[in-house]
Amino acid sequence: MATVTVRQLEKRFGDVHAVDGIDLSIQEGEFLVLLGPSGCGKTTLLRMIAGLERQTRGDILIGGQVVNDLPPRARKIAMVFQSYALYPHMSVYDNIAFPLKAQGVEKRSIPERVERAAAMFGIERFLKRKPRELSGGERQRVALARAVVREPSLFLLDEPLSNLDAKLRTLARDELKQFQRRIGTTTIYVTHDQIEAMGLGDRIVVMSGGKVRQVGSPQEVYDEPEDTFVAGFLGSPPMNLLRGDNCTVGFRPERFLPLLAHESQEGLVPLWFRIDRVEDLGSARLLYGSLHDTFPNEKVIVSVPFTVHMDFTPGEVYEFAVKEKEIKFFDKETGRRTEPRPFWVRR
Amino acid sequence: MKPAASPPTDPARRAGSGGALADNEKWLGRVMMAPAILYIAALVGLPLLLALYYSVSNVTVGSAGWPSYVGLSNFRHAFGNPTFIRAVWNTIFFAVVSMAIVMVLGTILALSLLKDFRGKWFVRLLILLPWVAPISLGTIGWLWMFDSVYSVINWTAQYFGIFGKRTWPVWLGQPTLAMASVITVQVWRLLPLATVILLGGLSSIPKDIQEAALVDGASVLRRYVQITEPLMRPIALVALLFGLIFSFTDMIVIYVLTRGGPFDTTQVLATLAFFTGIDGGDLGGGAAIALFLLPVLAACVILILRFARKTEVT
Ligand SMILES: Nc1ncnc2c1ncn2[C@@H]1O[C@H](COP(=O)(O)OP(=O)(O)OP(=O)(O)O)[C@@H](O)[C@H]1O
Ligand SMILES: [Mg+2]
Repeated sequence: MATVTVRQLEKRFGDVHAVDGIDLSIQEGEFLVLLGPSGCGKTTLLRMIAGLERQTRGDILIGGQVVNDLPPRARKIAMVFQSYALYPHMSVYDNIAFPLKAQGVEKRSIPERVERAAAMFGIERFLKRKPRELSGGERQRVALARAVVREPSLFLLDEPLSNLDAKLRTLARDELKQFQRRIGTTTIYVTHDQIEAMGLGDRIVVMSGGKVRQVGSPQEVYDEPEDTFVAGFLGSPPMNLLRGDNCTVGFRPERFLPLLAHESQEGLVPLWFRIDRVEDLGSARLLYGSLHDTFPNEKVIVSVPFTVHMDFTPGEVYEFAVKEKEIKFFDKETGRRTEPRPFWVRR
Repeated sequence: MKPAASPPTDPARRAGSGGALADNEKWLGRVMMAPAILYIAALVGLPLLLALYYSVSNVTVGSAGWPSYVGLSNFRHAFGNPTFIRAVWNTIFFAVVSMAIVMVLGTILALSLLKDFRGKWFVRLLILLPWVAPISLGTIGWLWMFDSVYSVINWTAQYFGIFGKRTWPVWLGQPTLAMASVITVQVWRLLPLATVILLGGLSSIPKDIQEAALVDGASVLRRYVQITEPLMRPIALVALLFGLIFSFTDMIVIYVLTRGGPFDTTQVLATLAFFTGIDGGDLGGGAAIALFLLPVLAACVILILRFARKTEVT
């Protein structure tokens, strides 16, 4: 178990700022997710923590100790690569045993520990096979087994589920979360899939352009985004962001409902919504349109759950409403959150 | 279903015979392979058949008319000749020792060239240079360096007091030194190709596999023995077999440096075949000596093809 602290960490490749001054601290046993669009520097950050990439500036501390100059093998970490990076010429058994042998673990205890790790992921049947004789999901489990077998103090996972199909991914996500709960190892998990991030993370670090945009629990980053980037990155469809005269106004598509569909009428802001198009997704309906009298030129998407039995006709104007505290305000220039600036006429 | 897809292919058909050929993979393949096959048949197949024919005949350089069939007497004669037996051992020694040194040095070079450092391309260029230079010219350069009177090596060594005042080695004139010298030059010559092949093999190992081993805590030695070496073994074997074939069959280095001397101590099958068949005029005898290597080389080639296929799969 270990804490991880990252101070003013920077990495440049030529004049590309892959990681641009990041401060983070990760608690013991925490499951931290790095989330961000492609190319935002997640992998680079992870590789610096692993010691596979030397930072241009800044410090990395693992368990309170500065590890800037320590090679990967001295950092007591285990890493699962996006490609799994299994040793193709070795059997599954030898793959899992490799870290143990490499660290000079007592020979007699190796078979038992390998079998325990394999049992943890249900891959005992495959111990004699070569990686190429396994499916993607099975390979991923071998990679995880290889990572846990020597009880590292820190787990680094770089998009370990991205090669699996959607169904297997949901299953593997659940297994992974349960597994981490059980062993309680500090874990840093990289993904660009927000559902994965929301489902797995104790805290999420939203990154873009080599910088941290927001750190918080899944609910915090979802409900209280600190800037328009985070607001627009999370959620599908993401938050509606409407550019007004003095600030940008945002609200989530699923919080903007027909006035009558709200449970209580208290603290509601009613707005006229003009529907252009309706999309039925089964579990919900997506309505495309605009706010008729307040932001007529901005597109708005609304997600109405299937429990709302109302007919919507494109071209018509309906009375919708959103809770006042669900409306977020962002500075027009910087995109940062600002204090509320009501644009509606109170009734 | 209507055959809606047919109209777009029509213009290609109408474009005339050129277009038709370009679209017909079977025939295009044959036409493009033809020159290579003709070339190989004329320059490799024909001489090989001729050599087989000569080896069982009494043909000589000046003979007129059809040579007569003499059975295996050329082979029998070769086996009865102590120089031939000596040449067989020399050939094996020369090829195996040269390639052992080449593989070790080539691996070290390839491993160090894989790292990033300033001026890497320049070092790569330097290493490749012996391969680009004409072999005979390069070897003549070595001939001067090994010269009994003007040897640069000897003069330099004497200047620094490594060799005594009156004594210095006669590189190409003393039996052991002569073999060492030809092996040195052979290594110099084959090292670039081996290094490049090994470098290719090394860089084909996915980076993240090496990194996984690094994170797993493996030492440098363990990473080489358990990851790098097994993963590049098929390609290394291809380099090794290529080098062996070169060393078994090529005669330029020995021909230029020692002509098989002194006292046949560097005589190999290729030079012996040349001296017997061309210089000595006994074409049948020369062919028999040259063909002695054929089974060995054929085995090498089969192995190469096997390993080449193996590297494709993984
Ligand atoms: N070795 C390198 N040399 C030069 N530039 C690099 C190198 N590695 C990464 N970069 C650049 O640094 C930036 C961040 O890369 P990184 O791999 O960390 O992104 P990422 O967030 O992991 O993206 P993805 O989600 O696509 O994996 C990118 O712009 C990338 O082009
Ligand atoms: Mg990445």
